[in-house]
Amino acid sequence: MQNWINAYSAMNLRFLFKGLLVTLEISIVSVILSMIFGSILGIVRYTKIPWLSEIVGFIIDIIRNLPLLLIIFFVYFGLPSLGFKPDTIVAAIFAMTVFESMMIAEIIRSGIGAVNRGQLEASRAVGMKYYQAMWHVILPQAYKNMIPALVSQLISLIKDTSLATIIVTPELMQHAQVIYGQNANYIVPMYLALAVLYFIVCYSLSIISRIIDRKMA
Amino acid sequence: MLNLFVNNWHSFLTGFGWTILSSIVALILSLIIGSLFAIMEVMPNKALRIIGNIYVEIFRNIPLLVITMFFYLVIPLYFVKINGFTAGTIGLTIYTSAFIAETVRSGINSVDIGQMEASRAMGMTYGQAMRYIVLPQAFKLVIPPLGNQFVNLVKNSSVLAFVAGFDLMYQGNAIASQTFDTVNTYLVVGLFYLIITLPISYYMQHLERKLA
Repeated sequence: MQNWINAYSAMNLRFLFKGLLVTLEISIVSVILSMIFGSILGIVRYTKIPWLSEIVGFIIDIIRNLPLLLIIFFVYFGLPSLGFKPDTIVAAIFAMTVFESMMIAEIIRSGIGAVNRGQLEASRAVGMKYYQAMWHVILPQAYKNMIPALVSQLISLIKDTSLATIIVTPELMQHAQVIYGQNANYIVPMYLALAVLYFIVCYSLSIISRIIDRKMA
Repeated sequence: MLNLFVNNWHSFLTGFGWTILSSIVALILSLIIGSLFAIMEVMPNKALRIIGNIYVEIFRNIPLLVITMFFYLVIPLYFVKINGFTAGTIGLTIYTSAFIAETVRSGINSVDIGQMEASRAMGMTYGQAMRYIVLPQAFKLVIPPLGNQFVNLVKNSSVLAFVAGFDLMYQGNAIASQTFDTVNTYLVVGLFYLIITLPISYYMQHLERKLA
């Protein structure tokens, strides 16, 4: 019992929360960046520009089918020998953005594909250019349908930030490891705290997504 | 790159073998466990439904790494000694089974409710109707999403590297730290993962298009 009280001392809890903030920071920055890159790549893949779309599609398929852990290793240990030396947080954000952009590109492409083809044709028929039709007519409808898929991607991104412990990014999981590194009796309390913290963040997101989904429908 | 592979082909292939073994074991176990929880979630019995729901929601919302490390560190501390490979495969199984339960449940729900009612009207029991009428239709619907889960499972099996599970990622790290040729090592590791994941995900895309 004493172990549990010591494990959850004010100092340790503050340290965990600091880790949680870094986790959220990495997740939010990466999700914003990968929404931007993912949208561009998804639209390029959907638009079927000769050559370009095929190459983009091939790159998306390759990276989507690699483990995120491998990409993190590659960015942190591989890129320095090619002349790019990121620090741990930047490396985590970089790797997450590369991986999540490809995942989001696929979601965007199928989201655009799910919008009725007639919408594009009608917009073109009333005199809009292709990009105008895309921007004003197709994309708003596509994003609305994609909200659940995008939120579940965000949830998996938050969970995946835990993989960045391997390059000693100071996020939640790594901070927990530092705490139980001092005393093996803290292992169980720390894993319980990790499970609860990740669960609260991810589950509340999935509830929010469900509420939005119900309101939209 | 070719040179690196020729010099270390034994380690790479060993890692590849452990990755495949762990993925297949975890797939089979999580298909069984996941389907059981999916069926629990659609049962008329409210208590079972709640248990199924809690299991799925808990393990879907906790990172795989937390589950795996928990098994790797806590089980040997208080119960039996298990190696990294076993701990990793248990973690993978539990994590994936929650996703498979969710997939199978949505498959069962998308089978027309009239199928169940008609079977019951013909005099089948609930279990028979589930077993012979609803589940076969549901499984056909969920094959593409299950295939994608398998791809995720293979990718996720890289967490075995955290717990010394001898898998591809673990061997890759060992080779990278011996040869200092990180770029080429990780490229070879990536190619090995693609050998498994790319064909499956292309085939699943093809199936999805055919079913749609």
